[in-house]
Amino acid sequence: MNVIALEWWQLSLAALMVVALATCTTLARLEIGRPLLIAAARTAVQLTLIGLVLEALFASARFQWVAMMAVAMLLIAGREVMTRQRRRLRGGWAFGISTLAMFLSSFSVTVLTLTVIVGPEPWYAPQYAIPLLGMLLGNTMTGVSLAMDRLTTNVWQQRSVIENRLMLGQPWQEAIGDVRREAMRSGMIPTINAMAAAGVVSLPGMMTGQILAGSAPALAVKYQILVMFIITAGTGFGTLAAVAATSRRLFDERERLRLDRLSTPKG
Amino acid sequence: MPAPPDTQAATSLSLEAVAVGALEDVSLKLAPGEITCLSGPSGSGKSRLLRAIADLEPHEGDIRLGDQAQATLPGHAWRRAVMLVPAESQWWAEDVGAHFDRDCQAGLEALGLSPETLGWQVARLSSGEKQRLALLRALSRRPRALLLDEPTANLDHATTLSCEAWLGEQARQFGMPMLWVAHDPEQIKRVAQHHVRITGSRLETTP
Repeated sequence: MNVIALEWWQLSLAALMVVALATCTTLARLEIGRPLLIAAARTAVQLTLIGLVLEALFASARFQWVAMMAVAMLLIAGREVMTRQRRRLRGGWAFGISTLAMFLSSFSVTVLTLTVIVGPEPWYAPQYAIPLLGMLLGNTMTGVSLAMDRLTTNVWQQRSVIENRLMLGQPWQEAIGDVRREAMRSGMIPTINAMAAAGVVSLPGMMTGQILAGSAPALAVKYQILVMFIITAGTGFGTLAAVAATSRRLFDERERLRLDRLSTPKG
Repeated sequence: MPAPPDTQAATSLSLEAVAVGALEDVSLKLAPGEITCLSGPSGSGKSRLLRAIADLEPHEGDIRLGDQAQATLPGHAWRRAVMLVPAESQWWAEDVGAHFDRDCQAGLEALGLSPETLGWQVARLSSGEKQRLALLRALSRRPRALLLDEPTANLDHATTLSCEAWLGEQARQFGMPMLWVAHDPEQIKRVAQHHVRITGSRLETTP
């Protein structure tokens, strides 16, 4: 089975639907039209560029190029996590913690999957490495940013409760326990929901893409299950590390709550 | 049933050249079983001084419980021994009872609270009930020194008097030094063995 080639004019028809939506929301004064169009334009430009990059990368298939690409993706993800937080740790800690957490989880899970489970030749073959890492980073980024945002926001809102628990002699881990559990939960909920709904409510994007591209459904399903599991592991360990490091940083060596280490939100 | 007085654990709390915020060079010795009242205009740093003694705020100077210096204990262990009861107490669980780890029926009675209070929902409590329960919650953890930030601000006169009596008795019974932030001169006369006042950036002893 061959893939039906998609032409640019066909894509522009799809784009017209987005433009129509933007027009309707603007007429209804819902003020979402502008960000919608900007995001749509970003999608088109970014994906076109990445298409070119991937073609070049697949043609060369050199380890250092794959590694460079992976590091660039990681740094961009770290920046995204940072900008999505209303109150973030000052002094580069927000970027540092989120990038390190994503590095530890996404990179090790990807490398493990490539070398032990899938086993392409060579193990860093970009056709496998880059899409896997991309899916892992994307999901881990969502988990880490949701969890860190929830953690810092809730600590700010519940500062009096946390301090009162400290006054009663609780160790910092116990005083912040409820907030930490809540942050971990909000980081993991999207992944848990996606696994629970997979195949019943939604057909996951990767599997749909593979089927559209001509794979047998049974193989596409196996890849999808693999991807779901490694995404869960990557997101989970990344969120765990980010929540642990962020909550530790919110207390000093005397176990005092240090809200001065959080930035104040702009606007 | 009141526990027997534990005079072994009785220790003094001493401050040596403590500086926090605008306050400088605060030196103070709080003897076991005695209540010292702390007063001063609002915004003069009374609460901040209490927070520094509980080591919740960075500060300078030397603070000791008996021979034990603040820095030699981990933060939570120090605060378990030198406990601060803030002006506004916070409650994190649904039930009142979940905040207590010991039976304290005798305390409930002495503070004029019903014996069923521990089974209530926190949302049901009045501000006066919360304030008394916060005192009981702190004392049920058996601290060795107590820092009180306006402990009777939300109470009527009769309850204030029984609360003062109970706190004084607890201080004597367990040999606890207490530092008590108070405004009312009548209250200070009733409860305090010593009275210190913040004037500007200094602490002055009032006879």
